[in-house]
Amino acid sequence: MPSYNSLDSAACEMLSACEGVVETSFSRADAMLPCSIGADALCCRHCAMGPCRLIGPHMTGVCGATRSTVVARNFARAVAAGAAAHSDHGRDIVFALLAVAKGEAKSFRIRDEAKLREVAGHLNVKTEGRTTEEIALDVAEKALAEFGKQTGSLSYFRRATIPRQEIWREQRVMTRGIDREVVELMHRTHMGTDQDPKNLLDGCIRAALGDGWGGSMLGTDLSDVLFGTPSPLKSKVNLGVLKDDEVNVVVHGHDPILSEMIVAASTDPEIIEYAKSKGANGINLAGICCTANEVLMRHGIPPAGNFLSQELAIATGAVEAMVVDVQCIMQALAKLSQQFHTKLITTSPKAKIEGADHFEFDEHHAYEDAKKIIRTAIDNYGNRGKTKIPQVNEALVAGFSHEYIRYMQGGHFRGSFRPLNDAIAAGRIRGLAAVVGCNNVRVTHDAPISQTIKALIENDVLVAVTGCAASGAAKYGYLKPEFMEQAGAGLREVCEAIGIPPVIHVGSCVDNSRLLTILTECATEGGLGEDISDLPAVGICPEYMSEKALSIGTYCAASGAYTLFGLPSPAAGSPAVMDMMLNGWMERFGGGIDFEPDIDKLIEKALAHIDLKRKELGLTEYDPERYGQSGDRLMEEILEQAGDFAPLNLYSVKDAAAAASAGNKQTV
Amino acid sequence: MSKYIAKAAIRGATAIVNEADQLLEAAIADLGADKEVAFTNTAYYLPTILGFTGKEVSNLGQLRDVVAHCKTLLNEPPGDELWLPYLGETLDSGAATLLAAETIEAVRFVRGQQPEKIDGLQLVGTSAPGGPGYANGPIDDIQLRAWGIQLVDGRMPGFAAIVGCARSNEAAVTLIRELQKRNILVFLSGNVNGRSIIDQLQEEGVEMGYDTYIVPFGRDTISAIYALGFATRSALTFGGMSGGQIRDILLYNKFRVFAFVLALGEVDDLKYAAAAGAINYGFPVIADTVIPQILPTGVTAYEHVVSMPFDDIEGDTDTDKARRMVQRAIEVRGVKIKITDVPIPVPYGSAFEGERIRRADMRVEFGGSKSTAFEYLRMVDSDSIEDGRITVVGPDFSEIKDGGAMNMGMVIEVAGRKMQEDFEPVLERQMHYFVNGASGIQHVGQRDITWIRFSKAAVDKGFGLKNLGDIAHARLHAEFGAIVDKVQVTIYTDPEKFEEWLAKAREAYLNRNVRLAGLIDSNVEEFYSCTLCQSFAPTHVCVISPERLGLCGAYNWLDCKASYQINPTGPNQPIYKGTCIDADKGVWEGSNAFVYANSQQAVDNVSLYSIMDSPMTACGCFECLVMLIPEANGVMVVSREDPSMTPAGMTFSTLAGVAGGGLQSPGIMGVGKYYLTSKKFIAAEGGFKRVVWMSSNLKAIMADELKQVAEREGDPDLIDKIADERSATTVEELLPFLEEKGHPALVMESII
Repeated sequence: MPSYNSLDSAACEMLSACEGVVETSFSRADAMLPCSIGADALCCRHCAMGPCRLIGPHMTGVCGATRSTVVARNFARAVAAGAAAHSDHGRDIVFALLAVAKGEAKSFRIRDEAKLREVAGHLNVKTEGRTTEEIALDVAEKALAEFGKQTGSLSYFRRATIPRQEIWREQRVMTRGIDREVVELMHRTHMGTDQDPKNLLDGCIRAALGDGWGGSMLGTDLSDVLFGTPSPLKSKVNLGVLKDDEVNVVVHGHDPILSEMIVAASTDPEIIEYAKSKGANGINLAGICCTANEVLMRHGIPPAGNFLSQELAIATGAVEAMVVDVQCIMQALAKLSQQFHTKLITTSPKAKIEGADHFEFDEHHAYEDAKKIIRTAIDNYGNRGKTKIPQVNEALVAGFSHEYIRYMQGGHFRGSFRPLNDAIAAGRIRGLAAVVGCNNVRVTHDAPISQTIKALIENDVLVAVTGCAASGAAKYGYLKPEFMEQAGAGLREVCEAIGIPPVIHVGSCVDNSRLLTILTECATEGGLGEDISDLPAVGICPEYMSEKALSIGTYCAASGAYTLFGLPSPAAGSPAVMDMMLNGWMERFGGGIDFEPDIDKLIEKALAHIDLKRKELGLTEYDPERYGQSGDRLMEEILEQAGDFAPLNLYSVKDAAAAASAGNKQTV
Repeated sequence: MSKYIAKAAIRGATAIVNEADQLLEAAIADLGADKEVAFTNTAYYLPTILGFTGKEVSNLGQLRDVVAHCKTLLNEPPGDELWLPYLGETLDSGAATLLAAETIEAVRFVRGQQPEKIDGLQLVGTSAPGGPGYANGPIDDIQLRAWGIQLVDGRMPGFAAIVGCARSNEAAVTLIRELQKRNILVFLSGNVNGRSIIDQLQEEGVEMGYDTYIVPFGRDTISAIYALGFATRSALTFGGMSGGQIRDILLYNKFRVFAFVLALGEVDDLKYAAAAGAINYGFPVIADTVIPQILPTGVTAYEHVVSMPFDDIEGDTDTDKARRMVQRAIEVRGVKIKITDVPIPVPYGSAFEGERIRRADMRVEFGGSKSTAFEYLRMVDSDSIEDGRITVVGPDFSEIKDGGAMNMGMVIEVAGRKMQEDFEPVLERQMHYFVNGASGIQHVGQRDITWIRFSKAAVDKGFGLKNLGDIAHARLHAEFGAIVDKVQVTIYTDPEKFEEWLAKAREAYLNRNVRLAGLIDSNVEEFYSCTLCQSFAPTHVCVISPERLGLCGAYNWLDCKASYQINPTGPNQPIYKGTCIDADKGVWEGSNAFVYANSQQAVDNVSLYSIMDSPMTACGCFECLVMLIPEANGVMVVSREDPSMTPAGMTFSTLAGVAGGGLQSPGIMGVGKYYLTSKKFIAAEGGFKRVVWMSSNLKAIMADELKQVAEREGDPDLIDKIADERSATTVEELLPFLEEKGHPALVMESII
């Protein structure tokens, strides 16, 4: 096994074990190169006259479609799929809320009433003198209407800065309804319809904004309403969280509704008793992918890994059941699980896999469904053979909702974004970066994520992480507060003042909507311009893999963020389309999408953009030497050296240090 | 925060909340839940608790909710490894500390343990309940309002809450003197191993009390809560906020109240916890020992916690070090301070304004009962004087025996292109404040009733008559540089010259009086605004006319006119009257438009002469409060200095809460006391004859002026017909009094 396959020692250990025994995505990738025509998006399959391969620079399709049109159309189809995935996820959450409001989903309840009222405000739902259920019912119905709306614009656009709303209105890209834009984009990309690349890309923006400020944001908000708004907690990450003596159940996918119930059912005394009756010491839950992030943020359930760890978890032989819902679930799991004792359990009617057990999950009898699933896992415990669990795990702190980020900067009474903005303006923090996205087996697993984050924090850039980049970062200890010691002096000072790691875990990939809220709050707090595009901030997706990432990148760019992807461009077949997405969007939206597979260069570009924005804002030039005098270090050193030999002269650092080193000399 | 501080503060907070809980339960067990609790002379209940929770706590039982609330604000201290964020949690614990501390002080008040007994402590100018031998305890509303105008106009830049004990007595005195020089209020509390800075200052004979801007709250850390109660009340009084609007109250303090904490000596858990509470207000902490620094900004405007280990500060003496420490503290808080360097041999600053020179300490006096002194400022041709020339004509006081008196006249001649004759009295009146700023010098009165005392201490340091001229020269240039180019001072003690100039001065005073009498609202084109207090009360606008001075009493029409010349974009802008809408009520298009535009559109109509219809708003620093007494068909006038009950059933403090904050409330308004003597005083309702009740101290201070008003109103005995707190504190007592005296209001048409 080549060592560059993964940075993660647990993954490497498992890959060695798998080599020659079972197939993994790593071995399949080695066996198959990416299709070079598809990589440049130059293959058009939109009608039966083709497929047309536009390999020459001036070639057109049979219908005359140019390379730019074909590339833009392929990009658009990907964005439509990505936006659809996030938004459909959001819709399911809304349906769950609706069922709860109607009293039809007894297993759930509304956990964050304050947030429900806040969301109600955004959706123009009256709250005064009304019960929680009445409000929830109206909120759910209004939220559903956002999907089906045909005219006007999304209600949540009002949460953007005023200048941003004006840009969208002027550029005519405001989403009318979440579903409508996806359908329209599918229509536009039908043979012989929209054949102007710029117009196609504008369609992409409308659909993607419907994801970021629509489906995803509603998904995040209503998940918080139903399951609680996250605040920091401690946990662990990596395959080492699987347990040798307990029933291991791994939840994988994206939708928190089922996994919430699995968490609840796993602590049911009756279920635990049942597990013990089968010889296990208990039930151990772990997560993969974004379902992991959802249950981590709210319950501290440890992630067993990120996207590329999914097969490796099963290969430990220690997983009784892998319970999956939607998105990013490799079909290979079905075959793989049969090579071990693992039950692969699909739960969504939208996502069945041939060869898996299907337990259709319905929020109306969620708890019963969850118990049934866990019982199945328990029943499977006896079938476990030899296990190989890498003894690798790392501690982490996660759970930074934007509500908590406000709180952590001033408490209940003074919470705001002022300290963060001050720190950026003063240059203690050089800028902000969101490091998000997937894993991609075409690069060394986790390496681009790790390299990017380390370089950024060394350069005093505060990093927020989501999705598989978040669990990736966690594996290397980046989410531990102690990691601040690796940060630049100014950033470390801020981290120490607040008590945070320099890399903060903001959630799942749907929770990229939290980043929009955070950046909007920074922009409106004052001192850093008026809009997201004014901020010294970048979005980075070092290991992009899924179509959702392209939708996210598109809505981030259209919201004013410079967004970098660490892989080759899926629009590489048309320099004109690439230029439109980078420079064209930059001009129109103040943000754009750039693809830079060379991670060193990607980091350079990110820092250059941050410095450019600092300059445009007229902020002090970043100087890594200027700050870092505060903190506990001096105090701790003095106390430590002093040991029991007090008294010290507290009025002098020099004396105190001298006394401390001299041992028991009294100086007062 | 830093983790070290977070741990200590959360530990301290947890301990004090538990202590509050126990003390409260014990007190309830002893005294009952219904036992009344209150701080003295405040309308704001327990002010910090009111601010944070909106609860108007008036008995012990109600404090249980407060303690329960405190517990919800406490958190676990951060661990040594893999800790969770702690800044927000620590600040919340700090808030809990403040609420618990105020609870404890309230319980101590009930038990008679507050204010704290401190042997031998004599406060100057304090009306606090304890009397001699006691610490001050909480500052009363009267003093808060009295300081209000100075806080808003920048004469008093803010306050320093000093907690603990200084490195040495020398350091303690210097710290205090340096703060006084900059007119920063000083609040004292806390101790280190039982020794407090209060003890240090007492040993060094430093005068403490309201008059010297040094307020000793008590020798424990808990008493520092009174500083935050003062800060909370500033927002409630001047910011127009209500209890419970805590975020606004805290931000108000961050942006408008320039205060900081000086932590002297070892910082224990409770001090860290209290400091975390203070940081909620945006007040930074500067320590003179080694503690972790928190330098990133945000909750406070500049650094949060700064450590300046005292022995490491540059300087040969503790005095040098203490000076540098104050300098740094001021930078950290971003306090804006205007210092005028006055070249005299004694310390100078308005914190010394309140000093009294007792006869025994006096070297010499000018004026008073045994001699005459006068001040006369006149405008002259620029060529006729030499700037900075100060001459004493006649003998100095070396021949006068200790405690004796002599005649003295000070003639100040000024020239400047923008100077006007009208400004002469404005500038002349400033001499009172200017001269009083010198440590060891006392100034009373004005014109030819000026009375100046020099203390022996000041004369020993070399202070002489010529220095009076130095003060006038330096301060006039500093304050009125925009209109004054040259200042020359001549001091006359030579008997012949003295008489000659006294006669000239008296002639000028007479002319001014005549001119002033002719200065009426209908004879001028423009009024002036005063929005000085908008830094504190953002929707309040004073409209100042010749016949209605500012409600703080500090600014009349001429002052404003001069101020506008000095600073054309400042808080005093001309308001062109425009068309008169209602001559009786005093409503003009111009004044309405100005007020609307400058009150954040909160007020669109203002009557200058009516209390019933659209009365003028108030900031909070008014000298008197006028309020309708419907049963008596008249109004009462309560003085800021009067703590007694009024026929309205409320004291000044409580009433002031209704009248302040830039709100328009018919039937109640705040006014300057000299407005009472104006012909336009509530002219729409019938004028001064409506006054049925008036605080006795007003009757005393303004006896002569009020007598003239009574005569003008055609009822020479009118003042005797007006009740005061000695004759009536309820409506039931008031009405028979008025009947008996035959007060004219009873037969006037109905005021409502």
